[in-house]
Amino acid sequence: MAFLSPDFSPAYPEIFLLIMICIIMLVDLFLDNDQRYFTFILSLISLAGCAVITFVTLSSEVQYTFSGMFVDDLMSDSLKLMVYLTVALVLIYSRNYIRVRGMFKGEFFSLSLFATLGMMVMISASHFIVFYLGLELLSLSLYAMVALQRDSALATEAAMKFFVLGALASGFLLYGMSMIYGATGELHTSKIAEAIQTKTIDHQVLIIGLVFIVAGLAFKLSAAPFHMWAPDVYQGSPTAVTLFIGSAPKLAAFGFTIRLLVDGLGALAADWQGMLIILAVASMAIGNIVAIMQTNIKRMLAYSTISHMGFVLLGFIAVDHNGYSSAMFYVIAYVLMTVGAFGIIMILSREGFEAENLSDYKGLNQRNPWLALIMMFLMLSMAGIPPMIGFYAKLSVLQAIVNTGFIWLAITAVVLSLIGAFYYLRIIKLMYFEAPEHNAPVLPSFDAKILISINGLAVLITGIFPQALMGLSLQAIQTSM
Amino acid sequence: MKILVSLSHYLILAAILFSIGVIGIFLNRKNVIIILMSIELMLLAVNINFVAFSHFLQDTAGQIFVFFILTVAAAEAAIGLAILVVLFRNLRTINVDDLSELKG
Repeated sequence: MAFLSPDFSPAYPEIFLLIMICIIMLVDLFLDNDQRYFTFILSLISLAGCAVITFVTLSSEVQYTFSGMFVDDLMSDSLKLMVYLTVALVLIYSRNYIRVRGMFKGEFFSLSLFATLGMMVMISASHFIVFYLGLELLSLSLYAMVALQRDSALATEAAMKFFVLGALASGFLLYGMSMIYGATGELHTSKIAEAIQTKTIDHQVLIIGLVFIVAGLAFKLSAAPFHMWAPDVYQGSPTAVTLFIGSAPKLAAFGFTIRLLVDGLGALAADWQGMLIILAVASMAIGNIVAIMQTNIKRMLAYSTISHMGFVLLGFIAVDHNGYSSAMFYVIAYVLMTVGAFGIIMILSREGFEAENLSDYKGLNQRNPWLALIMMFLMLSMAGIPPMIGFYAKLSVLQAIVNTGFIWLAITAVVLSLIGAFYYLRIIKLMYFEAPEHNAPVLPSFDAKILISINGLAVLITGIFPQALMGLSLQAIQTSM
Repeated sequence: MKILVSLSHYLILAAILFSIGVIGIFLNRKNVIIILMSIELMLLAVNINFVAFSHFLQDTAGQIFVFFILTVAAAEAAIGLAILVVLFRNLRTINVDDLSELKG
């Protein structure tokens, strides 16, 4: 039998990134500590290169390769472009922060890029083995990144908790996958969907598999009641790593959820819908209510993430293209807001000082009015107040579930996000109406300042003109399903 | 006397091992190394599931999956132990109850 070489073209961005990571790791060996900027620049160049390759090969047709294990469609391309953008922003915002903390090392960059590669594989996977490998590539890199600050007891404790609960989640996911494999005899998502439709399968076995898969996904999305790792890890990690964990992986987790639940197990929608309702309501309740009691802003933003993930899950509950595309829009909006908020935390931190308590934000308006304004935009957006992007994201998700008839769910979501608005507005109050506790000057580096301004304004502008992004999400979902 | 081992025997064994793994993570308050062992037990239970299904379905894909799980589990154990070493250097203990600096 002749060996047929597979079509590599859909995987060009992944292959390019992998080659670049190997080059970066080699080059980094020969650099002195004060030449480390070269690694930083190379990392940004590789992300830009990936973006160019993805953009050039952008098309709305669905391409499978590697015997159908790997898929390239508009959804994966647009999510990947967002991932590159987010990771590049994370690296630029982090530069000063990690430099003064002795983490400006080759490891930080190579681990970030490996995590990026893992996310890209997760987004494009259409086979259980590929899902698992992408997920583990992402998770293992993140565990190591959290523990990168070796002499910090908090960071290592966070790393241990993240590792144990992450491994538990992978175990749940794998157990679920093994059950689905046993029931259908297939590992390809499309063939699983076909088998569920055509073969007579014991429904019980499928449901057991589904429960474990949903639990594993909820862990990765940090949806309640599987959220317990998120606050500890967000608080304990160095802020640069918190920013990484809180942003880009959520895009990958969204892609992962779409491919597994909708592409693979779409025939069981009636069953997972009920499970997701429980997860969504619990996430929104716990996220918004517990966040009120927090005094550490990183921990508070962790609970905010949990509540946002509840909203993303609402989009899935609608079980139609409108719902999925509004969930995709929500995830993109969430990533924009989170990157900005953690970026400001890092800009305000300096050598030997972490701006992680709420009291550190008192009187920010007097210390640096422009940063305070950007932070206000971000907080208003997270609270879902018009005309910010967060408002439109919440609105489109709520519209989608109201259209499917879940009016009580929409009301619950609105009430809970109203409770949540309190802790976002509290930060605005601290910034504008209280006297600063210390008067150290805030001196962001030039590139971070420009980017944080663009980031803050993007939250406002995409909120006023959401049609383009919404149209892209809808088209991506429609052409990919 | 010949004893027939059916698919469900393997599945029950795997389910028991998996449950022991999960319970081991949550009930154990003494030692982080026991948690690492429990994680390993969970992954191996999944492997039993895959091999059993693969054999009874006459389909090799499940066994290939097992190779990947084994490899990744080894990498995972390496990272877990590395974090454990750093943790012990910082805290001078690997008692699970002492990992309580972060809470709220």
